[in-house]
Amino acid sequence: MEPFERYRPIIDDFEAFLAACERSLGSAVRVNTIKATPERAMATLDVESVGYEQADWDPRVLRLETDSPGSTWASFHGFTHGQEEVSVIPPLVLDPEPGERVWDACAAPGSKATQLAALIDDRGTVVANDNNLGRLSALRFNAERLGATSLAVTNDDARNYSLQPFDFDEFDRALVDVPCSCEGTIRKNPDALDEWSMGHVRSIAGIQTGILRRAVQATRTGGTVVYSTCTFAPEENEAVVDRVLAREDCEVVPFDLALEHDPGLTEWDEETYDPSLAEAARIYPHQNDTGGFFVAKLEVTG
Amino acid sequence: MADDERVTGADAADTADTEDAENAADTDAIDGELATNEGERFDRLPATSAERTVAGRVSRKEVLEYYDERFGIPPETFADYTFWEKGAGKIWVYAGEAPSPTAVESLGMLCLRTRQEHWKPTTDFVQRFGQHATECVIDLDPDAAARFVAGEDQELDWDGDWGYLIAAHEMAGEREPLGIGLYVYDELRSLIPKGRRRDL
Repeated sequence: MEPFERYRPIIDDFEAFLAACERSLGSAVRVNTIKATPERAMATLDVESVGYEQADWDPRVLRLETDSPGSTWASFHGFTHGQEEVSVIPPLVLDPEPGERVWDACAAPGSKATQLAALIDDRGTVVANDNNLGRLSALRFNAERLGATSLAVTNDDARNYSLQPFDFDEFDRALVDVPCSCEGTIRKNPDALDEWSMGHVRSIAGIQTGILRRAVQATRTGGTVVYSTCTFAPEENEAVVDRVLAREDCEVVPFDLALEHDPGLTEWDEETYDPSLAEAARIYPHQNDTGGFFVAKLEVTG
Repeated sequence: MADDERVTGADAADTADTEDAENAADTDAIDGELATNEGERFDRLPATSAERTVAGRVSRKEVLEYYDERFGIPPETFADYTFWEKGAGKIWVYAGEAPSPTAVESLGMLCLRTRQEHWKPTTDFVQRFGQHATECVIDLDPDAAARFVAGEDQELDWDGDWGYLIAAHEMAGEREPLGIGLYVYDELRSLIPKGRRRDL
Protein backbone atom coordinates (compact mmCIF):
# COMPACT_ATOMS: atom_id res chain seq x y z
CA MET A 1 0.00 0.00 0.00
CA GLU A 2 3.02 2.29 0.23
CA PRO A 3 2.61 3.74 -3.27
CA PHE A 4 -0.81 5.00 -2.13
CA GLU A 5 0.63 7.26 0.57
CA ARG A 6 1.11 10.04 -1.94
CA TYR A 7 -2.67 10.17 -2.44
CA ARG A 8 -3.34 11.07 1.21
CA PRO A 9 -3.80 14.79 0.36
CA ILE A 10 -6.35 14.18 -2.41
CA ILE A 11 -8.56 11.40 -0.99
CA ASP A 12 -11.22 12.19 1.59
CA ASP A 13 -11.25 9.72 4.48
CA PHE A 14 -7.93 8.22 3.45
CA GLU A 15 -8.09 5.55 6.19
CA ALA A 16 -11.42 4.28 4.80
CA PHE A 17 -9.79 4.22 1.35
CA LEU A 18 -6.90 2.09 2.63
CA ALA A 19 -9.26 -0.21 4.52
CA ALA A 20 -11.37 -0.75 1.38
CA CYS A 21 -8.24 -1.56 -0.63
CA GLU A 22 -7.47 -4.33 1.89
CA ARG A 23 -10.84 -6.01 1.40
CA SER A 24 -11.26 -8.51 -1.42
CA LEU A 25 -13.83 -7.73 -4.07
CA GLY A 26 -17.01 -9.74 -4.63
CA SER A 27 -18.08 -11.28 -7.95
CA ALA A 28 -19.92 -8.95 -10.26
CA VAL A 29 -21.38 -9.84 -13.65
CA ARG A 30 -22.82 -7.78 -16.46
CA VAL A 31 -26.00 -9.00 -18.14
CA ASN A 32 -25.25 -9.49 -21.83
CA THR A 33 -28.32 -7.96 -23.44
CA ILE A 34 -27.40 -9.46 -26.81
CA LYS A 35 -28.63 -12.75 -25.39
CA ALA A 36 -30.86 -11.96 -22.42
CA THR A 37 -32.73 -9.25 -20.57
CA PRO A 38 -31.79 -8.63 -16.94
CA GLU A 39 -35.09 -10.32 -16.03
CA ARG A 40 -34.21 -13.48 -17.97
CA ALA A 41 -30.69 -13.58 -16.56
CA MET A 42 -32.05 -13.19 -13.02
CA ALA A 43 -34.73 -15.85 -13.61
CA THR A 44 -31.96 -18.22 -14.73
CA LEU A 45 -29.89 -17.50 -11.62
CA ASP A 46 -33.07 -18.09 -9.56
CA VAL A 47 -33.57 -21.51 -11.14
CA GLU A 48 -30.01 -22.53 -10.26
CA SER A 49 -30.25 -20.98 -6.77
CA VAL A 50 -27.41 -18.53 -7.24
CA GLY A 51 -28.01 -15.47 -5.07
CA TYR A 52 -27.48 -11.99 -6.47
CA GLU A 53 -28.09 -8.34 -5.84
CA GLN A 54 -28.96 -5.98 -8.68
CA ALA A 55 -26.85 -2.81 -8.61
CA ASP A 56 -28.97 0.24 -7.84
CA TRP A 57 -27.09 2.34 -10.40
CA ASP A 58 -27.55 -0.01 -13.39
CA PRO A 59 -30.03 -2.90 -13.79
CA ARG A 60 -27.54 -4.81 -15.95
CA VAL A 61 -24.99 -5.13 -13.15
CA LEU A 62 -25.49 -8.03 -10.73
CA ARG A 63 -23.41 -8.80 -7.65
CA LEU A 64 -23.34 -12.59 -7.35
CA GLU A 65 -23.17 -14.57 -4.16
CA THR A 66 -20.72 -17.06 -5.61
CA ASP A 67 -16.98 -17.23 -6.10
CA SER A 68 -17.43 -18.92 -9.47
CA PRO A 69 -19.49 -16.55 -11.63
CA GLY A 70 -18.28 -18.44 -14.71
CA SER A 71 -19.76 -21.75 -13.51
CA THR A 72 -23.46 -20.96 -13.82
CA TRP A 73 -26.07 -21.72 -16.45
CA ALA A 74 -26.46 -17.98 -16.90
CA SER A 75 -22.79 -17.77 -17.84
CA PHE A 76 -22.85 -20.90 -20.01
CA HIS A 77 -25.67 -19.44 -22.08
CA GLY A 78 -23.84 -16.13 -22.37
CA PHE A 79 -26.52 -14.28 -20.41
CA THR A 80 -23.88 -12.97 -18.00
CA HIS A 81 -20.24 -12.02 -18.21
CA GLY A 82 -17.92 -11.64 -15.24
CA GLN A 83 -16.97 -7.97 -15.24
CA GLU A 84 -15.95 -5.75 -12.39
CA GLU A 85 -18.58 -3.15 -11.57
CA VAL A 86 -16.47 -0.08 -12.36
CA SER A 87 -15.34 -1.68 -15.62
CA VAL A 88 -18.92 -1.38 -16.86
CA ILE A 89 -18.74 2.43 -16.67
CA PRO A 90 -16.62 3.50 -19.69
CA PRO A 91 -18.88 1.98 -22.39
CA LEU A 92 -21.91 3.57 -20.69
CA VAL A 93 -20.17 6.96 -20.74
CA LEU A 94 -19.24 6.45 -24.41
CA ASP A 95 -22.96 5.72 -25.01
CA PRO A 96 -22.80 4.41 -28.60
CA GLU A 97 -25.94 4.08 -30.72
CA PRO A 98 -27.09 1.31 -33.08
CA GLY A 99 -25.50 1.55 -36.52
CA GLU A 100 -22.45 3.50 -35.37
CA ARG A 101 -18.78 2.75 -35.98
CA VAL A 102 -17.06 2.32 -32.67
CA TRP A 103 -13.39 1.68 -31.91
CA ASP A 104 -12.14 -0.11 -28.82
CA ALA A 105 -8.41 0.66 -29.02
CA CYS A 106 -7.21 -1.78 -26.31
CA ALA A 107 -9.98 -4.34 -26.32
CA ALA A 108 -8.65 -7.64 -24.93
CA PRO A 109 -10.04 -9.61 -23.19
CA GLY A 110 -13.21 -8.08 -24.57
CA SER A 111 -15.48 -7.26 -21.62
CA LYS A 112 -15.97 -3.66 -22.71
CA ALA A 113 -15.94 -4.41 -26.46
CA THR A 114 -18.77 -6.91 -26.04
CA GLN A 115 -20.58 -4.40 -23.84
CA LEU A 116 -20.25 -1.84 -26.65
CA ALA A 117 -21.75 -4.40 -29.07
CA ALA A 118 -24.63 -4.91 -26.64
CA LEU A 119 -25.17 -1.15 -26.29
CA ILE A 120 -25.60 -0.78 -30.07
CA ASP A 121 -28.02 -3.76 -30.05
CA ASP A 122 -25.36 -5.68 -31.99
CA ARG A 123 -26.18 -3.53 -35.06
CA GLY A 124 -23.26 -1.48 -36.33
CA THR A 125 -19.51 -1.99 -36.22
CA VAL A 126 -17.36 -2.39 -33.12
CA VAL A 127 -13.70 -2.61 -34.10
CA ALA A 128 -12.03 -4.37 -31.20
CA ASN A 129 -8.29 -3.93 -31.43
CA ASP A 130 -5.47 -5.16 -29.26
CA ASN A 131 -1.74 -5.21 -29.88
CA ASN A 132 -1.23 -8.36 -27.82
CA LEU A 133 -1.79 -11.41 -30.02
CA GLY A 134 -1.86 -13.73 -27.01
CA ARG A 135 -4.76 -11.85 -25.46
CA LEU A 136 -6.73 -11.80 -28.73
CA SER A 137 -7.79 -15.42 -28.28
CA ALA A 138 -9.54 -14.47 -25.04
CA LEU A 139 -11.18 -11.55 -26.83
CA ARG A 140 -12.43 -13.76 -29.65
CA PHE A 141 -13.58 -16.42 -27.20
CA ASN A 142 -15.62 -13.91 -25.20
CA ALA A 143 -17.02 -12.25 -28.32
CA GLU A 144 -18.30 -15.55 -29.69
CA ARG A 145 -19.56 -16.83 -26.34
CA LEU A 146 -21.53 -13.62 -25.86
CA GLY A 147 -22.83 -13.71 -29.44
CA ALA A 148 -21.41 -10.35 -30.53
CA THR A 149 -21.83 -10.43 -34.32
CA SER A 150 -21.08 -6.72 -34.80
CA LEU A 151 -17.49 -7.11 -33.63
CA ALA A 152 -14.43 -7.08 -35.90
CA VAL A 153 -11.13 -7.96 -34.25
CA THR A 154 -7.80 -6.45 -35.32
CA ASN A 155 -4.25 -6.88 -34.00
CA ASP A 156 -2.32 -3.64 -34.30
CA ASP A 157 -0.49 -1.00 -32.28
CA ALA A 158 -3.24 1.49 -31.45
CA ARG A 159 -0.77 4.42 -31.52
CA ASN A 160 -0.47 4.30 -35.30
CA TYR A 161 -3.69 2.46 -36.06
CA SER A 162 -4.77 2.22 -39.68
CA LEU A 163 -8.39 1.94 -40.77
CA GLN A 164 -7.23 0.31 -43.98
CA PRO A 165 -9.09 -3.01 -43.28
CA PHE A 166 -12.37 -1.05 -43.35
CA ASP A 167 -14.13 1.02 -45.97
CA PHE A 168 -14.65 4.02 -43.71
CA ASP A 169 -11.96 6.43 -42.57
CA GLU A 170 -13.16 7.60 -39.17
CA PHE A 171 -15.08 6.32 -36.19
CA ASP A 172 -18.13 7.85 -34.54
CA ARG A 173 -16.83 6.96 -31.10
CA ALA A 174 -13.73 5.51 -29.53
CA LEU A 175 -13.05 3.86 -26.20
CA VAL A 176 -9.48 4.26 -24.94
CA ASP A 177 -9.28 1.94 -21.96
CA VAL A 178 -5.52 1.80 -21.78
CA PRO A 179 -2.99 -0.53 -20.18
CA CYS A 180 -2.05 1.10 -16.87
CA SER A 181 -0.37 0.56 -13.52
CA CYS A 182 -3.63 -1.05 -12.32
CA GLU A 183 -3.53 0.42 -8.82
CA GLY A 184 -7.32 0.31 -8.68
CA THR A 185 -7.40 -3.48 -9.12
CA ILE A 186 -5.67 -4.06 -5.76
CA ARG A 187 -8.80 -5.66 -4.29
CA LYS A 188 -8.88 -8.22 -7.09
CA ASN A 189 -5.11 -8.63 -7.49
CA PRO A 190 -3.42 -8.16 -4.10
CA ASP A 191 -0.03 -8.22 -5.85
CA ALA A 192 -1.00 -5.35 -8.17
CA LEU A 193 1.54 -3.04 -6.50
CA ASP A 194 4.43 -5.52 -6.44
CA GLU A 195 5.91 -4.21 -9.68
CA TRP A 196 4.92 -0.59 -9.05
CA SER A 197 7.51 2.10 -9.75
CA MET A 198 7.35 5.76 -10.68
CA GLY A 199 9.45 4.91 -13.72
CA HIS A 200 6.82 2.44 -14.93
CA VAL A 201 4.07 4.99 -14.36
CA ARG A 202 5.95 7.58 -16.43
CA SER A 203 6.82 5.22 -19.27
CA ILE A 204 3.30 3.83 -19.58
CA ALA A 205 1.92 7.39 -19.57
CA GLY A 206 3.78 7.97 -22.83
CA ILE A 207 2.08 4.98 -24.42
CA GLN A 208 -1.31 6.08 -23.07
CA THR A 209 -0.85 9.55 -24.56
CA GLY A 210 0.01 8.06 -27.95
CA ILE A 211 -3.09 5.87 -27.96
CA LEU A 212 -5.44 8.66 -26.88
CA ARG A 213 -4.01 11.02 -29.52
CA ARG A 214 -4.59 8.45 -32.25
CA ALA A 215 -8.15 7.85 -31.01
CA VAL A 216 -8.97 11.56 -31.22
CA GLN A 217 -7.48 11.71 -34.73
CA ALA A 218 -9.45 8.63 -35.84
CA THR A 219 -12.80 9.94 -34.55
CA ARG A 220 -15.02 12.27 -36.58
CA THR A 221 -15.65 15.88 -35.63
CA GLY A 222 -18.46 15.91 -33.10
CA GLY A 223 -17.67 12.33 -32.15
CA THR A 224 -16.92 11.08 -28.66
CA VAL A 225 -13.79 9.58 -27.10
CA VAL A 226 -13.77 8.09 -23.62
CA TYR A 227 -10.46 7.69 -21.80
CA SER A 228 -10.30 5.34 -18.83
CA THR A 229 -7.84 3.56 -16.58
CA CYS A 230 -8.03 1.38 -13.49
CA THR A 231 -5.40 3.41 -11.67
CA PHE A 232 -5.31 6.40 -9.34
CA ALA A 233 -2.01 7.82 -10.66
CA PRO A 234 -2.67 11.37 -11.96
CA GLU A 235 0.34 10.96 -14.28
CA GLU A 236 -1.67 8.30 -16.16
CA ASN A 237 -5.03 10.07 -15.90
CA GLU A 238 -5.46 13.85 -15.86
CA ALA A 239 -1.89 14.47 -17.09
CA VAL A 240 -2.46 12.27 -20.16
CA VAL A 241 -5.74 13.95 -21.06
CA ASP A 242 -4.18 17.38 -20.42
CA ARG A 243 -1.36 16.67 -22.87
CA VAL A 244 -3.79 15.48 -25.54
CA LEU A 245 -6.02 18.54 -25.05
CA ALA A 246 -3.00 20.67 -25.89
CA ARG A 247 -2.09 18.72 -29.02
CA GLU A 248 -5.34 17.51 -30.61
CA ASP A 249 -8.70 19.10 -31.43
CA CYS A 250 -10.86 17.99 -28.54
CA GLU A 251 -12.37 19.12 -25.27
CA VAL A 252 -13.42 17.52 -22.01
CA VAL A 253 -17.20 17.31 -21.62
CA PRO A 254 -19.33 16.50 -18.56
CA PHE A 255 -21.27 13.27 -18.14
CA ASP A 256 -23.69 11.75 -15.67
CA LEU A 257 -22.45 9.02 -13.38
CA ALA A 258 -24.78 7.49 -10.83
CA LEU A 259 -21.94 6.11 -8.69
CA GLU A 260 -20.35 8.22 -6.00
CA HIS A 261 -17.12 9.75 -7.32
CA ASP A 262 -14.69 12.64 -7.02
CA PRO A 263 -14.00 15.22 -9.73
CA GLY A 264 -10.81 14.93 -11.76
CA LEU A 265 -7.77 16.80 -10.46
CA THR A 266 -6.72 20.17 -11.86
CA GLU A 267 -3.39 20.22 -10.05
CA TRP A 268 -0.95 17.60 -8.85
CA ASP A 269 2.69 17.50 -7.89
CA GLU A 270 3.32 21.16 -8.77
CA GLU A 271 1.65 20.79 -12.16
CA THR A 272 -1.67 22.31 -13.16
CA TYR A 273 -4.08 20.79 -15.63
CA ASP A 274 -6.78 22.29 -17.82
CA PRO A 275 -9.70 23.33 -15.56
CA SER A 276 -12.07 21.18 -17.64
CA LEU A 277 -10.46 18.09 -16.13
CA ALA A 278 -12.70 18.66 -13.13
CA GLU A 279 -15.41 17.14 -15.38
CA ALA A 280 -13.59 13.78 -15.29
CA ALA A 281 -14.44 11.21 -12.63
CA ARG A 282 -12.25 9.48 -10.03
CA ILE A 283 -13.84 6.48 -8.36
CA TYR A 284 -12.26 5.25 -5.15
CA PRO A 285 -12.88 1.79 -3.66
CA HIS A 286 -14.42 3.06 -0.42
CA GLN A 287 -17.03 5.20 -2.17
CA ASN A 288 -19.14 2.40 -3.69
CA ASP A 289 -17.36 -0.75 -2.46
CA THR A 290 -15.86 -1.35 -5.93
CA GLY A 291 -12.46 -1.25 -7.59
CA GLY A 292 -10.81 2.07 -8.43
CA PHE A 293 -11.27 3.84 -11.74
CA PHE A 294 -10.74 7.02 -13.75
CA VAL A 295 -12.96 8.15 -16.65
CA ALA A 296 -12.86 11.24 -18.85
CA LYS A 297 -15.21 12.02 -21.74
CA LEU A 298 -13.90 14.00 -24.71
CA GLU A 299 -15.67 15.53 -27.69
CA VAL A 300 -13.71 15.84 -30.91
CA THR A 301 -13.87 19.43 -32.16
CA GLY A 302 -11.98 19.37 -35.43
CA MET B 1 -11.58 -22.01 -29.71
CA ALA B 2 -13.67 -23.84 -32.29
CA ASP B 3 -10.58 -25.81 -33.23
CA ASP B 4 -10.86 -27.47 -29.85
CA GLU B 5 -14.19 -28.96 -30.76
CA ARG B 6 -14.13 -32.67 -30.22
CA VAL B 7 -15.69 -35.15 -32.57
CA THR B 8 -15.39 -38.84 -31.85
CA GLY B 9 -16.16 -41.89 -33.93
CA ALA B 10 -17.03 -42.04 -37.60
CA ASP B 11 -16.87 -38.30 -38.26
CA ALA B 12 -13.72 -37.77 -36.23
CA ALA B 13 -11.79 -36.25 -39.10
CA ASP B 14 -14.56 -33.88 -40.09
CA THR B 15 -13.24 -30.91 -38.22
CA ALA B 16 -9.58 -31.45 -38.99
CA ASP B 17 -7.97 -28.90 -41.24
CA THR B 18 -6.21 -31.70 -43.11
CA GLU B 19 -9.54 -32.99 -44.32
CA ASP B 20 -10.62 -29.47 -45.22
CA ALA B 21 -7.53 -29.25 -47.37
CA GLU B 22 -8.25 -32.58 -49.06
CA ASN B 23 -11.80 -31.54 -49.83
CA ALA B 24 -10.55 -28.23 -51.16
CA ALA B 25 -8.17 -30.07 -53.47
CA ASP B 26 -11.03 -32.24 -54.78
CA THR B 27 -13.14 -29.21 -55.47
CA ASP B 28 -10.28 -27.42 -57.18
CA ALA B 29 -10.14 -30.18 -59.76
CA ILE B 30 -13.83 -29.69 -60.49
CA ASP B 31 -13.75 -25.92 -60.49
CA GLY B 32 -10.90 -25.69 -62.98
CA GLU B 33 -9.73 -22.13 -63.48
CA LEU B 34 -11.30 -20.63 -60.35
CA ALA B 35 -8.91 -19.07 -57.83
CA THR B 36 -8.07 -20.88 -54.61
CA ASN B 37 -9.12 -19.68 -51.18
CA GLU B 38 -6.65 -17.50 -49.28
CA GLY B 39 -6.66 -18.49 -45.64
CA GLU B 40 -5.34 -15.28 -44.05
CA ARG B 41 -8.09 -12.91 -45.04
CA PHE B 42 -11.88 -12.67 -44.96
CA ASP B 43 -13.77 -12.91 -48.24
CA ARG B 44 -17.47 -12.21 -48.41
CA LEU B 45 -19.52 -15.13 -49.72
CA PRO B 46 -20.99 -14.64 -53.20
CA ALA B 47 -24.77 -14.28 -53.26
CA THR B 48 -25.17 -17.42 -55.37
CA SER B 49 -22.83 -20.12 -56.67
CA ALA B 50 -23.11 -18.60 -60.17
CA GLU B 51 -21.26 -15.54 -58.84
CA ARG B 52 -18.52 -17.62 -57.28
CA THR B 53 -14.93 -16.67 -58.09
CA VAL B 54 -13.08 -18.94 -55.66
CA ALA B 55 -12.99 -22.69 -55.96
CA GLY B 56 -15.07 -24.57 -53.41
CA ARG B 57 -16.50 -21.47 -51.80
CA VAL B 58 -20.13 -21.83 -50.81
CA SER B 59 -22.64 -19.07 -51.52
CA ARG B 60 -24.80 -17.07 -49.15
CA LYS B 61 -27.83 -18.76 -50.73
CA GLU B 62 -26.48 -22.21 -49.91
CA VAL B 63 -25.79 -21.20 -46.30
CA LEU B 64 -29.31 -19.81 -45.85
CA GLU B 65 -30.80 -22.92 -47.50
CA TYR B 66 -28.78 -25.16 -45.20
CA TYR B 67 -29.96 -23.45 -42.02
CA ASP B 68 -33.53 -23.40 -43.34
CA GLU B 69 -33.67 -26.99 -44.60
CA ARG B 70 -31.78 -28.61 -41.72
CA PHE B 71 -33.04 -26.57 -38.76
CA GLY B 72 -36.01 -24.59 -40.06
CA ILE B 73 -34.28 -21.28 -39.34
CA PRO B 74 -36.04 -18.76 -41.64
CA PRO B 75 -33.65 -17.16 -44.18
CA GLU B 76 -34.96 -13.71 -43.23
CA THR B 77 -33.29 -14.21 -39.83
CA PHE B 78 -30.06 -13.26 -41.58
CA ALA B 79 -31.37 -10.36 -43.69
CA ASP B 80 -29.09 -7.86 -41.94
CA TYR B 81 -26.03 -10.13 -41.81
CA THR B 82 -23.24 -10.93 -44.22
CA PHE B 83 -21.35 -14.23 -44.45
CA TRP B 84 -17.60 -14.52 -44.89
CA GLU B 85 -14.99 -17.22 -45.41
CA LYS B 86 -11.58 -17.28 -43.76
CA GLY B 87 -9.69 -20.51 -43.94
CA ALA B 88 -11.05 -23.25 -46.15
CA GLY B 89 -14.70 -23.76 -45.38
CA LYS B 90 -14.85 -21.73 -42.19
CA ILE B 91 -17.86 -19.44 -42.49
CA TRP B 92 -18.41 -16.35 -40.30
CA VAL B 93 -21.58 -14.36 -39.74
CA TYR B 94 -21.13 -10.60 -39.33
CA ALA B 95 -23.43 -7.65 -38.69
CA GLY B 96 -20.91 -4.84 -39.24
CA GLU B 97 -19.26 -3.09 -42.17
CA ALA B 98 -16.18 -4.32 -44.01
CA PRO B 99 -14.86 -4.39 -47.58
CA SER B 100 -14.12 -7.73 -49.23
CA PRO B 101 -11.49 -9.01 -48.98
CA THR B 102 -10.16 -7.71 -45.69
CA ALA B 103 -7.27 -8.81 -43.49
CA VAL B 104 -8.47 -8.81 -39.88
CA GLU B 105 -8.38 -11.34 -37.06
CA SER B 106 -12.10 -11.99 -37.02
CA LEU B 107 -15.44 -10.69 -38.28
CA GLY B 108 -18.43 -11.52 -36.11
CA MET B 109 -18.52 -15.19 -35.18
CA LEU B 110 -17.47 -18.46 -36.73
CA CYS B 111 -20.81 -20.07 -37.56
CA LEU B 112 -20.37 -23.00 -39.93
CA ARG B 113 -17.82 -25.43 -41.40
CA THR B 114 -18.63 -26.38 -44.97
CA ARG B 115 -15.70 -28.20 -46.55
CA GLN B 116 -16.74 -31.60 -45.31
CA GLU B 117 -19.55 -33.91 -46.37
CA HIS B 118 -21.83 -32.85 -43.51
CA TRP B 119 -21.82 -29.16 -42.74
CA LYS B 120 -21.38 -28.38 -39.08
CA PRO B 121 -22.68 -25.30 -37.23
CA THR B 122 -20.72 -24.05 -34.24
CA THR B 123 -21.96 -24.10 -30.67
CA ASP B 124 -21.64 -20.31 -30.44
CA PHE B 125 -23.83 -19.91 -33.52
CA VAL B 126 -26.41 -22.30 -32.09
CA GLN B 127 -26.51 -20.38 -28.82
CA ARG B 128 -26.94 -17.08 -30.70
CA PHE B 129 -29.43 -18.08 -33.43
CA GLY B 130 -30.70 -21.53 -32.41
CA GLN B 131 -33.88 -20.17 -30.83
CA HIS B 132 -35.16 -19.66 -34.39
CA ALA B 133 -34.80 -23.40 -35.15
CA THR B 134 -37.87 -25.64 -35.45
CA GLU B 135 -36.31 -28.87 -36.72
CA CYS B 136 -33.43 -31.11 -35.64
CA VAL B 137 -33.65 -29.74 -32.12
CA ILE B 138 -33.31 -32.38 -29.39
CA ASP B 139 -34.80 -31.35 -26.06
CA LEU B 140 -32.83 -32.62 -23.08
CA ASP B 141 -34.08 -33.10 -19.54
CA PRO B 142 -32.11 -31.38 -16.76
CA ASP B 143 -29.82 -34.35 -16.13
CA ALA B 144 -29.10 -34.92 -19.83
CA ALA B 145 -28.52 -31.19 -20.35
CA ALA B 146 -25.93 -31.11 -17.57
CA ARG B 147 -24.16 -34.15 -19.02
CA PHE B 148 -24.22 -32.59 -22.49
CA VAL B 149 -22.68 -29.34 -21.23
CA ALA B 150 -20.00 -31.35 -19.39
CA GLY B 151 -19.03 -32.86 -22.75
CA GLU B 152 -20.42 -36.35 -22.14
CA ASP B 153 -21.80 -38.59 -24.87
CA GLN B 154 -25.06 -40.31 -23.95
CA GLU B 155 -27.57 -42.83 -25.31
CA LEU B 156 -30.83 -41.06 -26.06
CA ASP B 157 -33.93 -41.72 -28.15
CA TRP B 158 -34.39 -39.55 -31.21
CA ASP B 159 -36.91 -40.10 -34.03
CA GLY B 160 -35.48 -37.66 -36.54
CA ASP B 161 -32.50 -37.52 -38.87
CA TRP B 162 -29.06 -38.56 -37.72
CA GLY B 163 -26.30 -36.01 -37.93
CA TYR B 164 -25.77 -32.62 -36.34
CA LEU B 165 -28.55 -31.56 -33.98
CA ILE B 166 -29.19 -28.53 -31.84
CA ALA B 167 -29.34 -29.66 -28.23
CA ALA B 168 -31.66 -27.56 -26.07
CA HIS B 169 -33.19 -27.56 -22.64
CA GLU B 170 -35.85 -25.61 -20.79
CA MET B 171 -34.45 -22.78 -18.71
CA ALA B 172 -36.72 -20.53 -16.68
CA GLY B 173 -39.74 -21.39 -18.81
CA GLU B 174 -38.17 -21.03 -22.25
CA ARG B 175 -36.41 -23.40 -24.62
CA GLU B 176 -32.75 -22.44 -24.68
CA PRO B 177 -30.20 -23.89 -27.11
CA LEU B 178 -27.14 -25.45 -25.46
CA GLY B 179 -24.93 -26.22 -28.41
CA ILE B 180 -24.31 -28.61 -31.26
CA GLY B 181 -24.40 -32.38 -30.90
CA LEU B 182 -23.87 -35.27 -33.28
CA TYR B 183 -26.52 -37.97 -33.22
CA VAL B 184 -25.46 -41.38 -34.56
CA TYR B 185 -26.19 -44.99 -33.53
CA ASP B 186 -28.72 -44.02 -30.81
CA GLU B 187 -26.13 -41.81 -29.14
CA LEU B 188 -25.93 -38.05 -28.79
CA ARG B 189 -22.32 -36.93 -28.83
CA SER B 190 -21.61 -33.61 -27.19
CA LEU B 191 -19.55 -31.28 -29.41
CA ILE B 192 -19.33 -28.51 -26.84
CA PRO B 193 -15.79 -27.10 -27.27
CA LYS B 194 -13.47 -27.95 -24.38
CA GLY B 195 -13.21 -24.32 -23.29
CA ARG B 196 -16.99 -24.01 -23.06
CA ARG B 197 -17.68 -27.21 -21.07
CA ARG B 198 -18.92 -26.79 -17.51
CA ASP B 199 -19.96 -29.00 -14.62
CA LEU B 200 -23.32 -27.50 -13.76
